Amino acid sequence: MIEKALTGSKRYWGWIGFLMIFIIIGALFYIRQYNVGLGVTGLSRDVPWGFYIAQFTFLVGVAASAVMVVLPYYLHNYKAFGKITVLGEFVAISSVIMCMTFIFVDMGQPFRILNVFLHPTLNSLMFWDTVVLSGYLVLNILISYVTFSSERKGIAPPRWIKPFIILSIPWAVSIHTVTAFLYSGLEGRAFWLTAILAPRFLASAFAAGPALLIILVLIVRKVSKLEIEDEPIRKLGVIVAYAMAVNVFFVLMEVFTGVYSDIPEHVHHFEYLYLGLDGHSKLAPWMWVSNILAVFSLVLLIVPRFRNSLNILVMACVAVFISLWIDKGLGMVVTGFVPNPFGEVVEYWPTVPEFFITLSIYALGALILTVLYKVVISIREQVAGYH
Amino acid sequence: MGFDRRKFLKLSGLTFLGFAAGSPARVFGQQDTTMVDSTATGDGTITPISGSRWAMLVDLRACNEKGGEDCDDCIAACHRVHNVPEFDDSHDEIKWIWKTSFHSAFHSQEHEFLDEAITHGNTMVLCNHCDRPPCVRVCPTQATWKRESDGIVMMDMHRCIGCRYCVVACPYGARSFNFRDPRPHIEEINPKFPTRMRGVVEKCNFCAERLATGKMPACVKACKHGALKFGDLEDPQSEVRKILGDGFSIRRRPELGTQPQVYYLV
Amino acid sequence: MNDMPKIIIGLVIFLMLIGFPLWYNVANDKAGYVPDMELPDTADQCVRDTEWMRTNHMDLLNDWRDLVVRDQQRFEANQVSQQMEMSLSNTCMDCHDNKSTFCDRCHNYMGVQPYCWDCHLEPEEAI
Repeated sequence: MIEKALTGSKRYWGWIGFLMIFIIIGALFYIRQYNVGLGVTGLSRDVPWGFYIAQFTFLVGVAASAVMVVLPYYLHNYKAFGKITVLGEFVAISSVIMCMTFIFVDMGQPFRILNVFLHPTLNSLMFWDTVVLSGYLVLNILISYVTFSSERKGIAPPRWIKPFIILSIPWAVSIHTVTAFLYSGLEGRAFWLTAILAPRFLASAFAAGPALLIILVLIVRKVSKLEIEDEPIRKLGVIVAYAMAVNVFFVLMEVFTGVYSDIPEHVHHFEYLYLGLDGHSKLAPWMWVSNILAVFSLVLLIVPRFRNSLNILVMACVAVFISLWIDKGLGMVVTGFVPNPFGEVVEYWPTVPEFFITLSIYALGALILTVLYKVVISIREQVAGYH
Repeated sequence: MGFDRRKFLKLSGLTFLGFAAGSPARVFGQQDTTMVDSTATGDGTITPISGSRWAMLVDLRACNEKGGEDCDDCIAACHRVHNVPEFDDSHDEIKWIWKTSFHSAFHSQEHEFLDEAITHGNTMVLCNHCDRPPCVRVCPTQATWKRESDGIVMMDMHRCIGCRYCVVACPYGARSFNFRDPRPHIEEINPKFPTRMRGVVEKCNFCAERLATGKMPACVKACKHGALKFGDLEDPQSEVRKILGDGFSIRRRPELGTQPQVYYLV
Repeated sequence: MNDMPKIIIGLVIFLMLIGFPLWYNVANDKAGYVPDMELPDTADQCVRDTEWMRTNHMDLLNDWRDLVVRDQQRFEANQVSQQMEMSLSNTCMDCHDNKSTFCDRCHNYMGVQPYCWDCHLEPEEAI
C-alpha cells in the first residue's frame, strides 16, 4: 500500500522536498540543542516549559479531534463522513507522532525516556499521558489500516475491528483529558487550577481539529480527482461552529471567575495574558489577535449564509485554527508560569533554534500526512478507474 | 551477571556502628574535620546523624539584624560543597538556597504595617522538603521521592529524564534545571561531591550526604549568627521543636497543604 | 544467474570492508592485544576479588548507587573494611587514582563510554 507514496507528480515531489528542507534544518538545530543542552531555548527555571510543550498540548487536541468524524460515522452511521473518516484518522496519526517528537525534544535526557516504562509511576500524569498517547497511536494505525484495506477491496471491514473503533472514541477524549490534567492538578499554579481546563481543551480541540480537516479536505479536492461532496464539509463546519462557541464560552467563564473573584494570584495571570504585567506584555498583542480572530470566526460560522459558502467557511476555519493555536500553542502554557511563585514576572520567548526545531516537527507531521494522504488518493483514484 | 542485590543488603545490614574495630584510617582520614559534628565516636567509625522528620528554622530577625544585607555565608557554603554552578545568564541559573525579599517569599501573608526590619530585609529560601511534596507526586520515573525515614525529598540524578514536571509542580520555585553543562561554571570543584550533567533537575537535599557521615547541613554550620536551625521535629527535646512551641512561626504558602518543613520566625 | 560473479565480488568487498578492524589488527600483529592496566601499589586488596570485579564492577557500581542514593545505606562491610563508603569518587578512586591508565585503558579497548565522569570527579593525575 505504501508503495503508492513512492510515485507521484513533480508537484508531489517538490512538496516533499520543500518539507525535507525544513526537517533537515530543524535536525541540525536539534543536534546543537542535544550537545549544548536546553540552554539554547528561551526556557528558564521560572518558565521551565514553553514552545515545545505548548505545541504538544495543541496537537494532542488536533489528534483527539478525529473522534469528531469517527463518532458520527461509526456510531450514528452518518454515511456522508465515509470518505473523510480515514482522512481524519490520518490527521490523528501524524499529530500524535508530532506530539511524541515534541516531548522527545523537550527532554533534558531524551535517551532515558524509557525510564518512564522502566519505573512506571501510577501517580504521575506524565506516565498516563505516555500510555494513552501510545495507545491512541496504535489504535488509529490499526483502525485506519484495516478499514482502508477493506475499502480498497470493496468489502465491509471485518467485524472484529468494531470494538477497537468503539474504544477509540472514549480513548480520544482521554488523551486530551489527561493532557489537561497535567496542568490542572497542580496546587501551585493558579492559572491552570480549574476544573474547566479539560472541557475547555476538548472544546478548542474539536474546533481546531475539524477546522484543519476542512482545509485539508478542500486541498485534497483541489489537487486530486477524488470526488468529495460538499455535505460532509458543511457538516464539519457545523461541528466547528458549535465547538468554537463552546470554547469561547469556557474562556469567558475562566476570565470571569479569575477576574471577578479578584484573588491576586489568579488575576495576575489574566492581567499578564491580556494586558501585560509590570511592564511585560509579550503575549498580550498575540492574545488580542487571537480574540479578534475568535470573534470574527464565530460570526462567519454562526450565520448560516456565511457558513454554507465554502469560500467563507474556509476563511472561518483558518481564523479558528490561528486563534486557537495562539491561545493554546503560545499563551496557555507560558502564562501559567507568569508571574512565578515569587510573584515576579520573568518572560519567555522562543529562540531561533527552538523555532526551527518546532517548525521541523510540523514539517515532519506534514510529511507523514502527505504520504498517508497520497496513498489514499492514489488508491481511490485507481479504484474509481482514473488511471 | 549474577550480582545478588539481596546478598548485598544483608551484608550492608551487618555494617557499621558496633563492628568498627578495624576501620581503616583511610576512610576517616578524608573527613573535613572542621565540619565534623560531635557525633563521630572515639573508635574511628562514622555515625550518621539520624532523625525522623528533619526541619529547618529560619530566624529572619537574626538573619537580617546580625547578618544583614551582605551576608552570603550560608549560600556560599552550600553552593561550594554541592558544586552549584554560577551562571551569568539568569536563564541558566541554578540555586539551592538563596535570598529573596519578604514580599516575594510571603506575598499572600504580608501587610504594609509589618516590621520594616523584616519586610525590607532578605528572606532565605530553599527546598521546603514538604511532607506532601507535589514534585514527588508528578515525577514520572520516581527520580525524586520523599525519604520515609526522615522526610527529606531526594533527587536521583541518574534516573531523571529532565522532563521538568517537578519544576512546574513545585509551588516554591525551589527546583533548578541544568540547561547547560554546569562544570565550566563551577569556580572551585569539591571533588567529594558529584557535579551534575546537563539535562537533569536539582535542588537542596538538606545535606543528606553530610547527615549520613555525621555532619550538620552546610548552611546551618556556616551561619555565624545562628539564624538557621536544623533538627528533628519528631523529637520533643530538639531545639527546633522547642523554638516552634515557644513562639509564632510562618511557612510559605501554607494554604496549599503541602506542609513545608522550612519554618520562618518573624 | 549471470550476475553471480558480480554478486560474489560485491560480497567479498563487503566482507573485507566490515572486517577491516580485524584484518588491520592481524596485519599489525595486534590480534592478541590485551590492554595493560596499571594497578595501584598502595593497596593489595579490592572490595571484591579481582576476577569478580573484572566482569561485575559495573553492576557493583549500579548497586552501590541505588543503595546510597535511594536506600540510604552509605557504608558496607567487605573484605577490606567493616565500614567502607560505597562511593566511586571517594572509595574506588582513592586507590585507583589513575583513571587514564586504569578505567580508560580498558573502556577504550572495549569501546564503552560510561557516563560516570559526566558528574563524578576523578582524582587529578600527575602528568
